[in-house]
Amino acid sequence: MEDHLSEILPSYRGKRSKLIPILQEVQAKFGYLPEEVMRELATFIGIPECEAYSVATFYAQFRLMPLGKKRVAICRGTACHISGAPKILEATEKVLGIKDGETTADLEYTLETVACIGCCALAPCLRINEDVHGRLTPAKASELFPAPSTNKGEQDVQ
Amino acid sequence: MSNRQCTVLVCQGTGCISGGAEPIYSSLEGEIAKPDLRENVHLKRTGCHGFCQQGPLVIVEPEGFFYSKVKPDDVHEIVQSLLPERKVVKRLLYRDPITNKRIPYYRDIPFYSKQQRTVLRNCGKINPEDINDYLASNGYQALRKALFELTSEQIIEEVKHSGLRGLGGAGFPAGQKWEACRRAPGEVKYVICNADEGDPGAFQDRSVLEGDPHSVLEGMIIAGYAVGAKQGFVYVRAEYPLAVKRLYIATAQARERGFLGRNILGSGFVFDIEIFQGAGAFVCGESTALVLSIEGKRGMPKSLPRPRTTEVGLWGKPTLLNNVKTFANIPLIIIHGSEWFASRGTERSKGTAIYSLTGKVANCGLIEVPMGIKLREIVYGIGGGPPGGKAFKAVQTGGPSGGCLPAELLDMPIDFDSLTAAGSMMGSGGVVVVDEDTCMVDVARYFLDFTQKESCGQCLPCRLGTYQMLQILERITRGEGVPGDIERLEWIGRRVKEYSLCGLGTTAPNPVLSTIKYFREEYEEHIYNKYCRAKVCALGMFRIEPDECVLCGLCQGVCETGAVKEIRNKFFIVQDYCNKCKSCYTICPVGAVRVEKYLPKEVTK
Ligand SMILES: Cc1cc2nc3c(=O)[nH]c(=O)nc-3n(C[C@H](O)[C@H](O)[C@H](O)COP(=O)(O)O)c2cc1C
Repeated sequence: MEDHLSEILPSYRGKRSKLIPILQEVQAKFGYLPEEVMRELATFIGIPECEAYSVATFYAQFRLMPLGKKRVAICRGTACHISGAPKILEATEKVLGIKDGETTADLEYTLETVACIGCCALAPCLRINEDVHGRLTPAKASELFPAPSTNKGEQDVQ
Repeated sequence: MSNRQCTVLVCQGTGCISGGAEPIYSSLEGEIAKPDLRENVHLKRTGCHGFCQQGPLVIVEPEGFFYSKVKPDDVHEIVQSLLPERKVVKRLLYRDPITNKRIPYYRDIPFYSKQQRTVLRNCGKINPEDINDYLASNGYQALRKALFELTSEQIIEEVKHSGLRGLGGAGFPAGQKWEACRRAPGEVKYVICNADEGDPGAFQDRSVLEGDPHSVLEGMIIAGYAVGAKQGFVYVRAEYPLAVKRLYIATAQARERGFLGRNILGSGFVFDIEIFQGAGAFVCGESTALVLSIEGKRGMPKSLPRPRTTEVGLWGKPTLLNNVKTFANIPLIIIHGSEWFASRGTERSKGTAIYSLTGKVANCGLIEVPMGIKLREIVYGIGGGPPGGKAFKAVQTGGPSGGCLPAELLDMPIDFDSLTAAGSMMGSGGVVVVDEDTCMVDVARYFLDFTQKESCGQCLPCRLGTYQMLQILERITRGEGVPGDIERLEWIGRRVKEYSLCGLGTTAPNPVLSTIKYFREEYEEHIYNKYCRAKVCALGMFRIEPDECVLCGLCQGVCETGAVKEIRNKFFIVQDYCNKCKSCYTICPVGAVRVEKYLPKEVTK
C-alpha cells in the first residue's frame, strides 16, 4: 500500500489545495479510501485527519469501504424518474440481492443511485462501470446480471 | 472535392456510444480500408448531434443523409451506397413519428429544422479530439481578433453590448460581471468555467464539452485577456468521464499550437487552463461553494453578507465564473459582433438558449432555440408532443430549482424573466415534459428528496425546511395526508425561500409551490380522496369491473396479498387485504381493474 501512495503523493508537493485530486487518485488506485492511507495523506499535506475525513464524506464520489468490481449506478434523474427509474432500482435490487448503497459479499457488485448520468434521452438508464444501458424495462435491467442466488450476504457501504 | 468524395460522420456522444456507436465506427473503418473507398470516403468521429434518442447516428455529407438507429449489420449497406454513385439507404432514414414518412436530409427533420444551432454549430460536425477540425471551422479566429485588434475594454464593451446573460441559471449580465472582475484591484485573477451541471435531467454542458471543447476554451482565453487573468480552471463533474477526457485532449492540443501557455500567438499574453474534477455535490455549482471546492475544502456556500466572487474569489483573488455555454458564445460575439448576437431573442434575454428536452415527448434530445420561443413550439414543434396519444400535462423547467408549468402557459414566450415570473426558472435549461401518467405530487416529492439530500446543512431554513417539506410530501403520497398539509407546505416553502443562505435553499421550494399553484386539485385528491389520478402513488380503491372482466385470473395470480378473490365466476378485490401495489391493474389485459376515488366520508372513518 505504501508503494502506491509514494507514487501518488510526491507530485502534489504537500499542497493543502490538492486534497480532492489526491483523494480522487487514491480512490482510483484502491477503489476506496483505506483508513491507513487517509492517515498517511493527512500527515503528508499537514492537516488533521478529521479534516481529510470531513472533505471525503462531503462529496458523493468518495467511499470509505471497498466497492464491488462492477459498480452499478441507477440513474435517478428527472427524465428517468418519470419513466420508471424506481421500478428499475427495485428489479436490480431483487436480482442482485442487495439494496441501494450495498455491495455483494463476494465483492462483485456495488449498487448505487446517482443523480444523473446525462443520458436523459435514453431514459430510464443505468451504468455498469463505464457502460451506459438505456431504454430499460425492469425485465431488461434484470437480464444485465447473472441470475440471483449466490449474492446473499450483505455489506453496507458508507 | 470531386463529387465522388464524401464524409461519413459517426456520432460519438455518450448517448450514441451507449447505443453501440463504437462497433459501428470500427466496422466502417474496416470496410472503407479498400483502395477505391479509402481515397474518396472520409470517416469522422463527432460529438453529440443532440438527437440522442435516435442514436446511434450516422450522417453522410455533403448531402446530409441522416441515418438513425444504425446497427453494425447496416454498415456494409451504407458503404455500398457511397460508390460509385451515392445513393440513399432508405431503410435507415429517420421516420417522422407524426407523418410516418421517412426524411432523407438532416436539415428537413423537424427536430433540427426548427432550431437555430449557433453555440452547437460545431457539435456533431467536427471531430472534438482534433484541433485541426476546429481550426478549419474558423476556430481561434476570435482569439486572434481579440488579441491583435481589440483592447480588453473593447472586448468587455462588446460583450456588454451584446446583452449576453449568464447561461448557468441566474441570467446575470455577462458583460457586467466581466467589467466588475476587470475593475477589481489585484494583480492575480482567475477565470473559472462552471461545468458542474448538477441538475438531474440536463446534459447540455456535457454535450458542448464533448462535442466542441475548443469553443469553451477559446471563450475562456478571451475572458482571461479581457479581465487580466493568467490562470483558468474548468470545474467539471467527475461523472462525465468522456467530457473530462476530451478536455484534457483539447487543452494539450491548444497548448501545443500556442493558444495556451506563455506568449499566446506571440502576443505576450500568458494564460493556461487547468482541469478540476468535481467530486459530486450539487451545491458545488454555487459560485462560492465551487471556489472552496477547488481550494480542496468542503463546498459550502459562504455565509451572508458575502463579497462577490468577482472581488474575493479563488484564494481570495478576483475571479470570473461563468457557465460552459456562456463561454461558448464569446467567440461568436467577437467574430460576428454584438449587433448580430443581439438581433435574436427578446428585449431582455438575447441570443439563444440550449435546452435538454426530455421526458414524455416523441423526440428527445438537445436543442438550441432563440430566447423567447413559445413553449408550445418546443414541446410540439420540435418535440412532437407526448407519444402514444397521451395527454400533455406539464413542463418542468430548471430542474430542482425550477417549477412545473401547466398547459395554459404553453403559449408563453420563454426567457429568463418570464420563467421566473411564472414561478419556475431557466436554471440549467432542463425541459422535462410530463403527461397524464405523471403525478405532480410525486414530481414535487422527487425534487424535494433531491434538494434535501444535497442541502449542505449549514443553514437551518434549508436543512430543516426541506426535510419537513419532504416529510409532509411523503405522507401525502403514502395516503396519510391530513387537512392543512397544503397550507403547511406553502408556509414552510415561503420561509425556506426567504431565509436560506444560498440559491439552493432559496429555490428548493419552487417545485412544490409551483405544483400547488397550478395543480392544487391533485394534492387535494391525494389528501381528501386518497386518490392519485396518474396512478403513480399507491392510492385509490381498486375494483374489478365485472362487465369487462374476461375471467382470465391473471390478477389473482399476481396478487401477493391474496386480495383478489373469485366467487361464482366473479372476481373481486377484498379492500382490507389490498396493499395497492397495482400489479392487478398493470397485468389486466382488458383494463377491467379500476382505480377509483374514495369519498371523503369513507376516508375519515
Ligand atoms: C445550488 C446551485 C447550483 C448551481 N449549479 C450550477 C451548475 O451546475 N452550473 C452552472 O453553470 N451554474 C450553476 N449555478 C449557478 C452559479 O452559481 C453561477 O451563477 C453561474 O455558474 C455563473 O455563470 P453564468 O453567469 O455564466 O451563468 C448553481 C447555483 C446554485 C445556487
